[in-house]
Amino acid sequence: MTQSQPDPAPPAPDYEDYFINMGPQHPSTHGVLRLIVKLAGETVLGITPHLGFVHRGIEKMAEAQTAVQFTHLTDRLDYLSAHINNWAWVMAVEQALGVEVPERAEYIRILMAELTRIASHQLWWGVFGMDMGAFTPFLYGFRDREKINDIFEKTCGARLTMNYMRVGGVVQDVEKDFVSDTRAFVAYFRPILDEYDTLLSGNIIIQERTKGVGILSAAQAKSYGCTGPALRASGVNYDVRKNHPYGLYPRMDFQTAVATEGDSWARYQVRLEEMRQSLRIIEQALDQMPPAGPVRAKVPSVIRIPPGRYLSRAEAARGEIAFFLVGDGKPTPYRVKIRSPGFSNLAAIPEIVKGWRVADMVTVLSTFDVVMPDIDR
Amino acid sequence: MGNWIYHPDKFVAALTEWLQQILGHPLAVELAKMAIGAAALAGFVSVLAMALIYVERKVAGHMQQRLGPMRVGPHGILQTVADSLKLLAKEEITPADADQFIYNLAPLVCFVASFVSLSFIPFAPRIQAVNFNVGLLFLLGVSAVGVLGVLAAGWSSNNKWSLLGAMRAGAQILSYELSATLALLSVVLFAGSVDFAQIVESQRAGWWIWRAPVVGLVAFVIYTISSTAECNRTPFDIVEGESELTAGFHTEYSAMKFAMFFLSEFVNIFIVCAVSATVFLGGWMPFHVGGFAGLNRCFDLLPPWAWFFGKVSALVFVVMWFRWTFPRLRVDQLMHFEWKYLMPLALTNLAAGAVLVTAGLYLFR
Repeated sequence: MTQSQPDPAPPAPDYEDYFINMGPQHPSTHGVLRLIVKLAGETVLGITPHLGFVHRGIEKMAEAQTAVQFTHLTDRLDYLSAHINNWAWVMAVEQALGVEVPERAEYIRILMAELTRIASHQLWWGVFGMDMGAFTPFLYGFRDREKINDIFEKTCGARLTMNYMRVGGVVQDVEKDFVSDTRAFVAYFRPILDEYDTLLSGNIIIQERTKGVGILSAAQAKSYGCTGPALRASGVNYDVRKNHPYGLYPRMDFQTAVATEGDSWARYQVRLEEMRQSLRIIEQALDQMPPAGPVRAKVPSVIRIPPGRYLSRAEAARGEIAFFLVGDGKPTPYRVKIRSPGFSNLAAIPEIVKGWRVADMVTVLSTFDVVMPDIDR
Repeated sequence: MGNWIYHPDKFVAALTEWLQQILGHPLAVELAKMAIGAAALAGFVSVLAMALIYVERKVAGHMQQRLGPMRVGPHGILQTVADSLKLLAKEEITPADADQFIYNLAPLVCFVASFVSLSFIPFAPRIQAVNFNVGLLFLLGVSAVGVLGVLAAGWSSNNKWSLLGAMRAGAQILSYELSATLALLSVVLFAGSVDFAQIVESQRAGWWIWRAPVVGLVAFVIYTISSTAECNRTPFDIVEGESELTAGFHTEYSAMKFAMFFLSEFVNIFIVCAVSATVFLGGWMPFHVGGFAGLNRCFDLLPPWAWFFGKVSALVFVVMWFRWTFPRLRVDQLMHFEWKYLMPLALTNLAAGAVLVTAGLYLFR
């Protein structure tokens, strides 16, 4: 078939006939995103995202809570990257306090973060399939994510909102069989990634519908502040784990998944490659992790955040999450600003879907993998 | 009785005789036969739709590494009964700004179109509600009326998503109808008739899918693809396009009106597969290999209607298999595919078929 092209001659932008309200209740806005879509037939002339349906004022809430209390709220930002959000937050506080995190805790954090990344991408993969109209990948994705969730449940009792990281380490040591469970998962999931390829990636319809669709150029991606797979698919080799290493990532040998095309297919490929790289990191971390040791540094029972400004950043499944923390010597922060990856990524979408069709809008939205609580906060 | 199972035509003859005895007047007999046929068909449709929905859910379940419905009845066989009762009990909602008359009429149009189409299908010798000498053409015409129901539903709902879905339906179903018809026509050339009963009869020596060299197979593939599109099934389900248009043309429908669409969708699947089985795979004709009398007698152990339902079930399974493995095409790709590839191929195939028929080049003459 012919290479996908945006509509070469869409009607004039002042064409004001058909506005359609996509969301907040719509199967493929993944939450409560509302898009006002301007259409000419099937061609998208422009979209305007309306946000705020799940705005909970998490940043403001942080000002009334201690550092430990606030951790569980970070679960509720991007709920699919709970461990990573937790980590980014406690990292900011640790920076403020100057706490040294025990080595075993650092490895546990890496393991949790990478498992989270895989789980998030698995869910994305399934949902992407569903957005493309293939229902089966959805259940395959969930089947495999279940295995990670079981590991999480054994470790911290939760499957979605983990609240596992603490200032100075993690809440408690992992279970005895954590290492064997995780190794079993890695062994299980490697071949499954090839199954993903046979089920979805190799399908001509998927390729026709994603190749060349919704191209985000490197310049656009940078100017909108896109991060994560959306940025890397546009050929910008930026990964917080490499560019601003934190934790014990410098000890890990892995590649950043990068593609150059910037289209939906590139974003798809980058995410699949990231899962492979995460498996590599998990294996290395399991090999290097000290078999026993403290998992939590001594920190004062009342954490007073020293006056000053602190910034922590981490690579979440959807991009860079950053916590900007201002302390004034009290137990509660003076101000917390969260830089969530989804917000900046979403900002780029209206520009790149112009001229494409309704179905492509869904494709692009899906390959950017927006999570609304992360955007609305 | 055993005779009737293997020779349903004898059952029909016996029934006619019996009716003649008690009714006397030939017109009364005809009317009684029509009534019996319609009642049987109505019963068949409702059971068929429920069975197909159950099968679809089971097929989906097992393809997705789960079990499908398991709770209501053994292995969930009563699940669709429960669902139908639920749909009956639900509130009928008509949007305030909808065009009431058309809105209520649309589901009926769809349903009636599928129901009428079903009456031309020969299930077994003489088990055919309407034996019509242009059955195939009439079926194509009647089933095309269904798209009118879809268009009307989308238009009258006064919902922008529904309208988009309806417009897609109009474009898609009409386009794919062309190649479906062309594919069927190439076999009609070989069979020399558009009467279903005679098309089946013409395949006594072999099924047209391989008896018409290459042309039959190509036509079969084209028909399978375009009939899937006509039924709005994945990968051509852009009309409903759940992830794009929420539910497409039937977004606003609820309760039994929605059930009508649902029902007709599943009946349509059966119809296209039945047509495909009748035209390409010999209908109720058992599989025979020339010269192997013993083997052929083994195949004859299955009664003709079992052959028919067996073939149709296999085709229905393939269509369901499509749905649970393929993603959806985009609307323009769908049109490109039809007009740039499928239609020219179907036309070429028809021309090739014409040449072969004229030259008398087909197998097992």
